[in-house]
Amino acid sequence: MRRRRVRLAVPVPLLVPATVGVAFLVLPLAGLLARTPWAQLGSHLATPGVGQALRLSLISASLATLLSLVMGVPLAWVLARSGIRGRSVLRALVTVPLVLPPVVGGVALFLVLGRNGLVGSWLDETFGITIPFTTTAVVIAETFVAMPFLVISVEGALRAADTRFEDVAATLGAGRWTTFRRVTLPLVAPGVAAGAVLCWARALGEFGATITFAGNFPGTTQTMPLAVYLALQRDPEAAIVLSLVLLLVSLATLLLLRDRWLGRSGTPVA
Amino acid sequence: MRRRVAALAAVLAALTACGPAEPAADTAGPVAQGEAGEVSGTLTVFAAASLTDVFTELGDRLMADHPGLDIRVNFAGSSALAAQLEQGAPADVFASADENQMARVTDTGLATDPKIFASNPLMLVLPPDNPGNITRPENQAGAPSLAELLDHDVTMAVCAPEVPCGAAAAKLLDEAGLGGVPDTYEDDVRAVLTKVQLGEVDAGLVYLSDVHAAGDTILAFAFEQVTNEINRYPIAELADAPNPDAARAFVDLVLSDEGQQVLRDAGFLEP
Repeated sequence: MRRRRVRLAVPVPLLVPATVGVAFLVLPLAGLLARTPWAQLGSHLATPGVGQALRLSLISASLATLLSLVMGVPLAWVLARSGIRGRSVLRALVTVPLVLPPVVGGVALFLVLGRNGLVGSWLDETFGITIPFTTTAVVIAETFVAMPFLVISVEGALRAADTRFEDVAATLGAGRWTTFRRVTLPLVAPGVAAGAVLCWARALGEFGATITFAGNFPGTTQTMPLAVYLALQRDPEAAIVLSLVLLLVSLATLLLLRDRWLGRSGTPVA
Repeated sequence: MRRRVAALAAVLAALTACGPAEPAADTAGPVAQGEAGEVSGTLTVFAAASLTDVFTELGDRLMADHPGLDIRVNFAGSSALAAQLEQGAPADVFASADENQMARVTDTGLATDPKIFASNPLMLVLPPDNPGNITRPENQAGAPSLAELLDHDVTMAVCAPEVPCGAAAAKLLDEAGLGGVPDTYEDDVRAVLTKVQLGEVDAGLVYLSDVHAAGDTILAFAFEQVTNEINRYPIAELADAPNPDAARAFVDLVLSDEGQQVLRDAGFLEP
């Protein structure tokens, strides 16, 4: 991976669309910066809801990423390595949230985890737990939407990893769990990190499933994207400021993680 | 299981609800013809989410009268629509669920001379099985107040204060001393209705017209209204309308006896 030191001149047929691509992705951000009301920046930021929404967003996205790691890495291993039947169907099923409109995902979560849902009604009657309109619901909605990104990323890394290391570990007497922990996982660590970053970024920006399943209440379920959307209806300037904050925080986080985790691996993420 | 299916059916019904029950009568009468004669082309209408059923029907009627006309209606929260118009979204007609959002558009000169065409009070709605056990006080003449109907434990959905139905709901709840009761502030009134139909909240505040649209998928209570909290709906042709003839025809239809009858049938009150 690190041997690509030869700098290639970019062929024109690649250069032109690549330049257009950069402009397409970056210009809207520049537009955001250009329209930012710098003079009123302080007063917009001092609005009490902003810190609350930002804190909630960061916490819920991080929890969703943690949940996705706990469930998603083993799931990716099953998809990449195990010999169970119907693997391709399984893969298609777990990546459905990628194509499902998030609002539909939110309604689907209601039908399972809502007060009258398949599992939710049992939770309500047995333990008196109701999930909708709580921060838990935010984390669940974000995990539902974001976890497939991690699963796909880790599965790809597992498929690309050289299985001979695992074979050698096995011949040296390591059990399968030890092999996974000591050999496989370190081998695919960059893929896991990249998947986690993607997953976190997706969770941070989640809107549709969250507002549907978790509702919108300042402090408990109103994340930054929800705050931005509602601010846009009343005060577009405030919405721009909120977007800018979200943008800066996610950029800073991604850059920081890049240095900490992905700095030397050259993984093409973040 | 059955209840769940019923709830899902209710949601699907709410999502797909549109279109007239009976075909439009063949009355081309009240529709004003533009100077050029036949109204045709594409007409873009920006309308409050609460007008979904009515404007779909009125649009179908107008298109039936004018085969060359194609009407596209963008239904969303009035505030979102006002924001889109401020950002230069091309449209011919704007119908808002309150006068504040219309004022945003007229203040910037995008439209002039809005006309009030309907009003719509808020109603308290509950899922059919009434999980919050909300009951009217007995032996009382007239509508009960919100404070008599609700206690602080109910799970409740209302519109966000940024949108018209939420601005009215917030005032009503504050006056009843129930300002802290809502558990979620939804981005438009249909989202509130959906959460009630799904049985996920004990109560919600929606428009009378939404109660009509929802039929028996919900229970509805009228409560003592503070009269000036009834939302009044203005409609206006936009100054830069790409299709001014069609815009005029649509506004005239909404204000005509025929249009007003469709509005009454859907539960809207007189202006």
